[in-house]
Amino acid sequence: MMDEKFFIGLLALAFVKATPITLGALTGIYSERSGIINIGIEGTMLVAAFTSFIVSVVSQNLWVGLLGGMLAGGLVSLLLAVLSIRYKVNQIIAGMVINLLAIGVTNYATRVYIDTSGIAGIGVLPKWRIPLLMDIPILGPILFQHQPLVYFMFGLVVLTHYVMFYTPWGLRTRAVGEHPRAADTVGIPVNPMRYASTVIGGLIAGMAGSFLVVEAVGSFQKMMTTGRGFIALAVMIFGRWNPFGALVAALLFGFAEALGVRLQLGDINNIQALVYLTGLGMLLGGTIQMITDFVKKKETRSKIIAGMVAITGLIAAILGQTLTFPPTVIPFQFLGILPYVLTILVLTGMVRGAAAPAAEGVVYEKQ
Amino acid sequence: MTTSVSPLSRLGHNLRQTLGNILIPILAILTSLVVVAGVIALSGANPLEGFMGLWDGAFGDGDAVANTIIKTTPYIFAGLALTIAFRGGMFNIGVEGQFFVGSIIATLIGYALRLPPVIHLIVAILGGAIGGGLWGAIPGWLKARTGANEVITTIMTNYIILRIINWLISPNGGPMRNPARPLPQTPEVYPTAYLPWIDFSKINFPWVNLSWLASATGSLHWGSILALIMAVIVFVLLWRTILGFEIRTVGISPTAARYAGVNVERTMVTTMALSGAMAGIGGAVQVLALTHYFSTGFNVGYGFDSIAVAMLGGLHPAGVVLAAVLFGAMDAGATIMQMRTGVPIDIVTIIQGLVLMFVAADLIVRQIYRIRVKPADGTTPVSATVQTAGESG
Amino acid sequence: MAEQQLALRVEDVTKRFPGVLANNDINFDLEKGEIHALLGENGAGKTTLMNIIYGLYKPDDGKITINGEEVVLHDPNDAIRRGIGMVHQHFMLVPVMTVTENVMLGNEKTTTNFLHMLAPLDRKRIAREITQLADQHNLKVDPSAYVRDLPVGTQQRVEIIKALHRGAEILILDEPTAVLTPQEADELFDIMRSLTQKGKSIIFITHKLKEVLAIADRITVLRGGQVVGSAIPSETSEHELASMMVGRDVLLEVEKSEAMPGDVVLDVTDLIAEDDLGHQVVRGVSFEVRAGEILGVAGVQGNGQREMVEALTGLRRAVGGHITLLGENITRSQPRHITDIGSAHVPEDRHKHGLVLPFTVADNLVLNAYHVEPFSKQFFVNRAAIDANADRLVQEFDVRTPSIETPASSLSGGNQQKTIVARELSHATVKLLIVNQPTRGLDVGSIEFIHKRIVQARDNGVAVLLISAELDEIMGLADRIAVMYSGRIVATVPAEGADRNRLGLLMAGAEVSSEINTLM
Repeated sequence: MMDEKFFIGLLALAFVKATPITLGALTGIYSERSGIINIGIEGTMLVAAFTSFIVSVVSQNLWVGLLGGMLAGGLVSLLLAVLSIRYKVNQIIAGMVINLLAIGVTNYATRVYIDTSGIAGIGVLPKWRIPLLMDIPILGPILFQHQPLVYFMFGLVVLTHYVMFYTPWGLRTRAVGEHPRAADTVGIPVNPMRYASTVIGGLIAGMAGSFLVVEAVGSFQKMMTTGRGFIALAVMIFGRWNPFGALVAALLFGFAEALGVRLQLGDINNIQALVYLTGLGMLLGGTIQMITDFVKKKETRSKIIAGMVAITGLIAAILGQTLTFPPTVIPFQFLGILPYVLTILVLTGMVRGAAAPAAEGVVYEKQ
Repeated sequence: MTTSVSPLSRLGHNLRQTLGNILIPILAILTSLVVVAGVIALSGANPLEGFMGLWDGAFGDGDAVANTIIKTTPYIFAGLALTIAFRGGMFNIGVEGQFFVGSIIATLIGYALRLPPVIHLIVAILGGAIGGGLWGAIPGWLKARTGANEVITTIMTNYIILRIINWLISPNGGPMRNPARPLPQTPEVYPTAYLPWIDFSKINFPWVNLSWLASATGSLHWGSILALIMAVIVFVLLWRTILGFEIRTVGISPTAARYAGVNVERTMVTTMALSGAMAGIGGAVQVLALTHYFSTGFNVGYGFDSIAVAMLGGLHPAGVVLAAVLFGAMDAGATIMQMRTGVPIDIVTIIQGLVLMFVAADLIVRQIYRIRVKPADGTTPVSATVQTAGESG
Repeated sequence: MAEQQLALRVEDVTKRFPGVLANNDINFDLEKGEIHALLGENGAGKTTLMNIIYGLYKPDDGKITINGEEVVLHDPNDAIRRGIGMVHQHFMLVPVMTVTENVMLGNEKTTTNFLHMLAPLDRKRIAREITQLADQHNLKVDPSAYVRDLPVGTQQRVEIIKALHRGAEILILDEPTAVLTPQEADELFDIMRSLTQKGKSIIFITHKLKEVLAIADRITVLRGGQVVGSAIPSETSEHELASMMVGRDVLLEVEKSEAMPGDVVLDVTDLIAEDDLGHQVVRGVSFEVRAGEILGVAGVQGNGQREMVEALTGLRRAVGGHITLLGENITRSQPRHITDIGSAHVPEDRHKHGLVLPFTVADNLVLNAYHVEPFSKQFFVNRAAIDANADRLVQEFDVRTPSIETPASSLSGGNQQKTIVARELSHATVKLLIVNQPTRGLDVGSIEFIHKRIVQARDNGVAVLLISAELDEIMGLADRIAVMYSGRIVATVPAEGADRNRLGLLMAGAEVSSEINTLM
């Protein structure tokens, strides 16, 4: 019933589902590390998705579509940066402006340009099966048989980590987000750094939005981002504004989403699978967290929580594997709730204000 | 040079300030319309015709005006909900969801309970208020207890309630479905819970005689009156009560509020509960006055669009009512506009987004129209926080 | 003197801000290897002048010459390139970064091609260079430590290293001793002397007369944005400098009569409190304050004073011990209750705690009493009573404001502080007044006014607990002096005949057992 194939499929799907969320979180990391709060990731992704669809149809090339989507993302983020920096708009409001306009513009343009003409998408990017690696048992199908953007996402996580923590660019970006005046006094141009960082983030959000069109669905649908941009923010916070942290958190969400998708198919005993897989997920996540806590010498409280999560997960997994539950159908709408509830739990579980860039949301101006 | 200013010059000062407060929003609206004219032209339609359609649909005749008033009502409730929250420093993006909770609870009370007229209505509206209030209080409580960012949690509660409602009214076994229909909708509420239309011919008090409006009977419902009453109540609440003083203090400076003896955590929860309750009443009114049952797709978007209403209204109940009229008029007029010129009604969302942008970024407006008056810094919790280079010692 | 010997010369510099002439036609020069003190009150224009020299502000008029060459400084980069380094009053260090990262920030020295921004950082080399500089100038510091974990004295050394690492020949030190104990200040002076011996030149900005006389080679006094005089330490006196600085004869001492202590108002025993990170920073404090006396708590900032005050006022939960106010145990009480019993509190941070800046002066004047009659009844506030109260207090406490409807944010620092003092002292039942750093950053006029009011409150039988980092303020006002160090009261002495040197040593932790010293 819960065979190896199902399990591998689930994990592979988790990576796919985690891709736009991770990319969205990287967007947040670039802009927030520089001090600009980005609530507009959702809208940025939506505009990018729309643009990548139009461009790919016009050019009949998905790669060109991706490029178009990324540029659109960059432009939308530029608007956010201009509003936040040049016009000193409260950054939460600026983000909501982006989201509202994105919904308005894409809905309007869909009616005017897509619905009437009935243009169809040109498919999705093919999978890149990595030679040799794809043949590794279990890991191969989970990790190395994906469409290109999944690999790009991994690449960007590594690259972002390098840029943020091992280069002058990253050092300056973080300084600007933590203590802009200190950066200013050593001659670092605060606002130009913020513009640059926010727009770079926008390009990545563009990739996240394009992913939905050129890799996942193949066409544009109204409001197709369904909150991924907001979940990305929670993921960024959960990952403590670090790329790898965000990746791990996004995988958790990807897993939850994948689980919802698989359970909707109704081919397995819902509750049993839910208990078993959630247990496994908690075991995995708790263990990873505990190991990183020990490596990074985090406070005891954090270790204990991680340990408790892992143990609960272990118990749940054993129960799920051994007991037979009566077959029940959980309403699929409830499964769809999972990522959103998870987001709230994640936010409430965080230590207050931990690791947030100190100057986030504060406009800096010279006299 | 200790000066206490005479009441007269205080009045003058206030007047000037009020004028300044109104000027920017009006220019923001104008600017948005100019930009949108460009967008319409781009799609091949005639913007002027479009706007004419919009105007006719909103104010063209008595029916249009009545329609505008009906469309305005939910914006007032949602705008007031956001005013309370923003004044209290809570970025309640969850008004959308709290509005739905109000609707669904009022519907439930409306069809599941049998109560005498009036009482049934009151219970249904109160139920909506309590439901919306509780749903709003959750993110407030989470923020007070754990510091969880309310922007994200309220957005999440929106998605959650949407899915729960989808399940509740799902034709496939949803507990609140209408068994008689294969559509995602609830049964109809009993007429005892209807929010009635205003019968102008019967309003004939010694001091107001509205019988001249008799022909308008049946085109407006009491919810609009309730909305105006709520606007007054919110004003009194925020500026004339102890609780309001505390809400505004917490909104601007939680640290100073704590110092002043305010229970900050409790005030945060109260603020969110009041905000949610206001949204809940709005949701209840929509169902009880207009549709009499609940279905998905009804009343979508008030929560988000009303962020613009609240900002445009300067987070003041009077301003919110005016801003709501503008948004209601656009909603009412959009259908006529679409019929006449083929410009999709979605253009209204773009206008609303632009209005929010230009109101929030009042510096843009000031630059375009070369207004010199310096904006007041940080006067509301949604003003930007600015740090200047020379701010230190 | 010959032009070549001048490290820096400022001629006829003028700088205007909206409504303020911050620098008016200023002339100033700095010889190589000298310490030139720039003396002046808050708001005299010292910081503006230094920000001009450092390239942060552009002067409206005038010229700057460095090493005989006239320069235009567009930004700090220009200044740094020409060998100017600045140690700001509020340190310009990123707390979550290491010493190395802070020193290299903006000066990473990787490759020079256009991709240098993305080249790997060479933390090891910079750390080596820091160690070299530290050895050379006797500035002990661990390059791999995070700045947030360092004591302020060490952070200051990091700032100096940061400037030296960029090749600074001219160092500007802006109020460097504000956060130091007298002993730490002496250490800083040693460092300054050794720097000048190695050819560096130093501009030393301060408002402390004793320090100027102790360390400076030359003194220039600023007042109201203008140079009002200059002097050489051996040929001047504290009194002369003070009147130059203020523009009139000043009372360096507060006039007050003998204290008449009455009953115990506040009784604190074994109080323990933690800071935000959960570290125990108040570690068993006991004292009492009687009606009609001022107990001054001296101590360098960050020795637990803030947390102690917050615990006393209910803003922070005490972890242990007892606080008794007028016979009632208030250890676990809420701020509102403590206020209602009769405690008034002038907080350390007027912007964070003391005022709601966008609120009007009138509203701010009832911040502690809006919930009681006459300012409110049942659920409603009474605007008329609030306005009447404001009209009265503005008059009585000489708060200079265009109107009581003016937002508190547009008042000057002195008037903001007077607003707070007025509110706290006007509270109906004040029996205890807790004042924390009451005059920080204020002009002399406001300081005198507030000092008078504090003494007046004492004479009216109020028990006053005064916390200040300014030893002079404590010695001038207090009847008894408690010295706080590392979370404890290490000594309590009568103010009468207290020895300044001994208090300084106590503040620095001398005469304290080594067990306590582990926190340093």
